[in-house]
Amino acid sequence: MKSLRRSLLFVPGNNPGMILSAPVFGADAVILDLEDSVAPNQKDAARRLVSEALRTLAFGKIERIVRVNALSTPFGEKDIGTILAAKPDALLVPKAEPESLRRVSAMVDEMAPETGIIALLETALGVELAYQCALVPHVNGLFLGAEDFTADIGTSRSAEGIEISYARQRVVIAAAAARIDSIDTPYTGTEVTDEFLADVRLARKLGFTGKACISPRHVQAVNEVFSPTQEEIVFAKRVLEAAEDGRRRGVGAVSLDGKMIDPPIEARARQVLMRAGLLGVEGGKRNG
Amino acid sequence: MGENILGRVIPDDVLGNKPLFAGAFARSPQGRKASPPLKAVRPGENKVLASIKEAIKASGLKSGMTISFHHHLRNGDYVLNMVLQACAELGLKDLTVASSSIFPIHAPLVEHIKNGVVTGLDCNYALGPVAEAVTRGLLPRPMIMRTHGGRVRAIESGDLHIDVAFIAAPAADAYGNINGVDGPSACGSLGYAMADAQYADYVVAITDNLMPYPLHPISISQSLVDAVVVVDKIGDPKGIVSGSTRITRDPVGLTIANYAARVIEAAGLVKEGISFQTGAGGASLAVAAYLRKYMEERHVTGAFGMGGITGYFVELLEAGLLRTILDTQCFDLVAVKSLKRNPNHIEIDAGMYANPWNKGAVVNLLDTVILGATEIDTDFNVNVTTSSDGIIMGGSGGHSDTAAGSKLTIIVTTATRTRLPIVRDRVTTVTTPGETVDVVVTERGVCVNPRRQDLIEKLSQRRLPILAIEELKRQVEDLTGKPAPARTSDRVVALVEYRDGSIIDAVYQVE
Repeated sequence: MKSLRRSLLFVPGNNPGMILSAPVFGADAVILDLEDSVAPNQKDAARRLVSEALRTLAFGKIERIVRVNALSTPFGEKDIGTILAAKPDALLVPKAEPESLRRVSAMVDEMAPETGIIALLETALGVELAYQCALVPHVNGLFLGAEDFTADIGTSRSAEGIEISYARQRVVIAAAAARIDSIDTPYTGTEVTDEFLADVRLARKLGFTGKACISPRHVQAVNEVFSPTQEEIVFAKRVLEAAEDGRRRGVGAVSLDGKMIDPPIEARARQVLMRAGLLGVEGGKRNG
Repeated sequence: MGENILGRVIPDDVLGNKPLFAGAFARSPQGRKASPPLKAVRPGENKVLASIKEAIKASGLKSGMTISFHHHLRNGDYVLNMVLQACAELGLKDLTVASSSIFPIHAPLVEHIKNGVVTGLDCNYALGPVAEAVTRGLLPRPMIMRTHGGRVRAIESGDLHIDVAFIAAPAADAYGNINGVDGPSACGSLGYAMADAQYADYVVAITDNLMPYPLHPISISQSLVDAVVVVDKIGDPKGIVSGSTRITRDPVGLTIANYAARVIEAAGLVKEGISFQTGAGGASLAVAAYLRKYMEERHVTGAFGMGGITGYFVELLEAGLLRTILDTQCFDLVAVKSLKRNPNHIEIDAGMYANPWNKGAVVNLLDTVILGATEIDTDFNVNVTTSSDGIIMGGSGGHSDTAAGSKLTIIVTTATRTRLPIVRDRVTTVTTPGETVDVVVTERGVCVNPRRQDLIEKLSQRRLPILAIEELKRQVEDLTGKPAPARTSDRVVALVEYRDGSIIDAVYQVE
């Protein structure tokens, strides 16, 4: 069954202690990383550790994602083969572009067709071809990797993120068009600061469905921002009741609190309740 | 053989006529308090003696007697070692050392035990070479391990008679007034020394900071002190107080702390006049930090905070989030300074803090206490006395006292310690009985004692990861395997005394 990907927590694939405690921070998904957090001389050990962790550790309802190395590196193919044999829920494929994604997709087809693919768009070409990436079979999420992306376009990151605003919106729109998840680049600090919170709120406002975290301390706030609030749930229920009531009475347009309820508002209400349902959150009787 | 209600068997020869543990509030006191002898000091008499040896001679200390010490200088204490060295040089034997705690710095005690100078130990906490040597069978008689409140009970009831109390005094005047807030070895509160000063037959203040008369503030009065000895140094400041204790940054510790604060909130305790105690460790402090957010959101002021007092509690006091701190022991220099200058930071003695047999200890008024654990069993019994291989590495201190007193006792711990699971079928040693423990909080979930159905109801209305303690045990054993119990002989090396004087468990010799 589909579950939400509000928070996706990176865990270094070569750290047994952190892998053991990865499930306890409340993240919807953990990303066991074989790529950037693992030094080249530890790639083989990490690959083996992560594949054993997938086979033996209980992650409960948490989605188990593995970031493999890119196919263009000497480690990529071996990573994908070994990890798919251990049946993760999804692979996070770095430097994703339609061509490389199709190759990974074929391997998934062959070895573990239940496994999803999240495309890590971190090149100018990948971002530009985001929608094509989204259409590759098994791809169920687009993930913006802003560090590599800004390097690729010849700039650097800033706190307010002006340099990635187009990329963010392109990724969100491509994912939405393909009806898959869009995941925002992680905030690179490790503290919970106002700057971090602003970054998370911006991601949600732009339409992302979730955000990656490099620190467990960020998980709770990301979950909160990407969850429907009690007010939203109550409002969504009222919208659907009013719309239903209008249909029963044969009235074309209904209004709620003095505002028209049109199809997009109703659609958004359904979306809110769908997300709330996936989280097991009930609308409170009380507003707030 | 006697077996107490927790199923702990105590051999008759070591139990003697001590009662077996029969429930946290099963025993009631009878009779009258013990009392020290009447004394007179006449005008013109001088209390300052030339050396520790002079003081020992003046006290009338003889072989076979009991001498006492407080542990406020913690792992920086020189006084216990200096006094024992003098006792050894004077040819004294068969002494019992009643020190409220024993630290690694007290390693020279091991030699004194080997030489027969010391044959008995009585403490509330023991860590380091002495504790290890005791566990390996060095001491001819079992060590008595009490609680902070239980020690005062034992002194006041006469169970623990102190012949001579040697009180390390960071500041003293020539007539015997003492405080802990001044001088190079300042340690703050002297809460654990006060019962010794009141009930010992003879009281010696040992100081490296003789101040003009009258010293002020006065923590221990001249009316209780027989003699004053000045030495070069009573301790090493580095071992006495830490620089500052920081809130943990470990994400697992923060997760646990966050759950614990949510448990307190869900239990309905975040309200005007809340009182709480936490340990001084980074994870316990993190609970206080999360609790602070709830208090600020609701504009709630706490009545008092207790515990090993650190700078973080001082911050809460100064921010107006606590009306008072009740302090039996300071853990850092910020706390020491605050005790000296802030009238709302109040020094209290260990009896007022935790003695179960007086007219009301402060622990009875605690809303909640955050405690640690080395092991917990599925009946919620807690071990903080021995490691899982059976070696003594702690003791109750105030653990059992606060657990018994507070409305909500929360144990915070990681679910595993390196490769060992925390939850066991049977703890190696019972320090604190499960009937006084309400909630166990780990990063893998929150376990509520089934005795607290009211709490289970309240907590299940919140989005907290609640699970049965048996389920937590199963989950963790899936990761760690099931460890073998400690390998011990059948010789008792320590008796664990509950706060009411009954025997809750015994520690057995480890080869």
